[in-house]
Amino acid sequence: MSAEKSWPLYEVFIRSKQGLAHQHAGSLHAADPQMALENARDVYTRRGEGLSVWVVPSDAITASSPDDKGVMFDPADSKVYRHPTFYDVPDEVECL
Amino acid sequence: MTAAVARNDQALSQQDALYDYCLRLGDNALILGQRVAEWTSNAPTVELDIALGNQALDLFGQARMLLDYAGRVEGKGRSEDDIAFLRDVLDFRNVLLVEQPNGDFGQTVVRQFLYATFASALYEGLSQSKDEELSGIAQKAVKEMAYHARHNGEWVVRLGDGTEESHARVQAGLDALWPYVHEVFEADEIDLAMAEAGIGVDPASLKDAWLAEVTAVIERATLTLPETDWHPDGGKRGHHSEHLGFILADLQFLQRTYPGAQW
Amino acid sequence: MTQTVAEPEHLRSAFDAYVADEKKIEPKDWMPDTYRRTLIRQISQHAHSEIIGMQPEGNWITRAPSLRRKVGLMAKVQDEAGHGLYLYSAAETLGVSRDQMDADLMSGKAKYSSIFNYPTLTWADIGAIGWLVDGAAITNQIPICRCSYGPYARAMIRICKEESFHQRQGYEIMMKLCQGTEEQKRMAQDALNRWWWPSVMMFGPSDADSPHSAQNMAWRIKRFSNDELRQRFIDMTVKQADYLGLTFPDPDLKWNEERGHYDIGEIDWDEFWTVVKGNGPCNRQRMAHRTRAHDEGTWVREAATAFADKQRARQQQAAA
Repeated sequence: MSAEKSWPLYEVFIRSKQGLAHQHAGSLHAADPQMALENARDVYTRRGEGLSVWVVPSDAITASSPDDKGVMFDPADSKVYRHPTFYDVPDEVECL
Repeated sequence: MTAAVARNDQALSQQDALYDYCLRLGDNALILGQRVAEWTSNAPTVELDIALGNQALDLFGQARMLLDYAGRVEGKGRSEDDIAFLRDVLDFRNVLLVEQPNGDFGQTVVRQFLYATFASALYEGLSQSKDEELSGIAQKAVKEMAYHARHNGEWVVRLGDGTEESHARVQAGLDALWPYVHEVFEADEIDLAMAEAGIGVDPASLKDAWLAEVTAVIERATLTLPETDWHPDGGKRGHHSEHLGFILADLQFLQRTYPGAQW
Repeated sequence: MTQTVAEPEHLRSAFDAYVADEKKIEPKDWMPDTYRRTLIRQISQHAHSEIIGMQPEGNWITRAPSLRRKVGLMAKVQDEAGHGLYLYSAAETLGVSRDQMDADLMSGKAKYSSIFNYPTLTWADIGAIGWLVDGAAITNQIPICRCSYGPYARAMIRICKEESFHQRQGYEIMMKLCQGTEEQKRMAQDALNRWWWPSVMMFGPSDADSPHSAQNMAWRIKRFSNDELRQRFIDMTVKQADYLGLTFPDPDLKWNEERGHYDIGEIDWDEFWTVVKGNGPCNRQRMAHRTRAHDEGTWVREAATAFADKQRARQQQAAA
């Protein structure tokens, strides 16, 4: 087998309906961005799932590390006062 | 159904002309679809396998609508399958270009590109047809063929401007197929009658724009437009290359082996 | 690879407890090396099966007996390519490259489902594959939608959703044949005769003979034993065959009132292992086909890489 250079990985995001956000659908390999778009169309939207597609080179994504989960996200757990149920108001008062 | 055109000393009614015209469109789609389907599990990447499959499905979809309509125009109760599976070579009306073998992937993308660029212009014209059925079919098909033209055009550029080997291969594919382009734009009395009736499109009228579009891609691909004085034709009248018989042998084998069976 | 790095005990026990609690593992989370390797093997094997499976069915696209059948089959085979891709992507999140998986398939190091080493001789085989092979595959796959590894579970959900038409298509083909001429019925019966046992074997040997079963169950990679899934498939399929008026190539197949399930005869595991080890009717053909397609595509892939490099260089030059 020849030492063939492999194609880079792209992440695929699809908007399935106007009004909805693009959602991660999966990933694929392509030699160039245009090919990535067309591959995404063929691989991920064969049943009319898409109205708009984004492809992003996987290595362009900066991700938080799972090891940081605690440091990054646990502090938000205790901030209950950010949620409406934290505040006591009488049931009979409407529209609150 | 009063307009009549002369062919071989016999009157050809508009109904006959329309039937034949639908066969030409439908057979182009069917035979090209068969060719593209041969790529299944053989493409250079799995992604391309899917892309080729999508092209085949678009073409088969067009073939079904057009052959179904041809059957209704003919008025003898024949279904899309009767027409696809029970005619022999002499009754097929596709151009020679679409029955040419796949060759390597380079030759296939060239064929798909040349044909789709033509077909998307043709269907664009047909979407204005006075025949509502045809215009409906064309409005769907034009989007499909425009996508095929773009997708394959991009591959022509990638391969033409890729490596030395890919350049040589795709140029060879282009050289091999270029002679068959002539027939695609050749208008005969049926094309002209249909165009005159506001039903069809005179293919010759599409050639200049087509050539400009194709030339632009070929230049981007750093390829050379071939020159040829060989212009094979005959497909539209049922005189094909030797390849069609084998395509039909494959396509029709079950229907021929088990006459009348339902599947 | 053979050297096992000692895994911190506390991580391992936390992992086991987390997974046992039906929580999902995502790509960058810590996971035991065996968990990772098991998943890579299983997911890539599954992906390879989809890709090799395109051959026996793709075989019949140009010969499909009607245009309706032709588009249905084309779309199905295309789905298999797509499902292979979803699964390769899922496996890649575990750190194995697509090229490595391709190479392992072509070198024979990686396996794929043995069922695809049987030939499709007649049109009825397309019906039988859809009905039986996809039926068995779906039985196997539905529980994997709840697999503890997130990317695999998500790929499976998508695949199961898309594959729901495959089995129906297969059954419809069989039904038409069974309602047809004597020749068509013979074709259908012959296909069932040839595909039945290999389909039953698709679930793999008894769990008593599967060394990793218990661990995979604990890790929520596997939900039911091979025998449980096989039984589920048999019970479901026997009734479907009755409706078609077809018989099974198994004189011992009968309803067991006490168990509330069908009993079947002895499975010929020698045949199974013969095919797994490479001596089925089509192993060599399938591998040669895959390798040829890959090799013939090399110049295309290289050209696209070269073109992309040129494009990038031009853009950089234009920006400079």
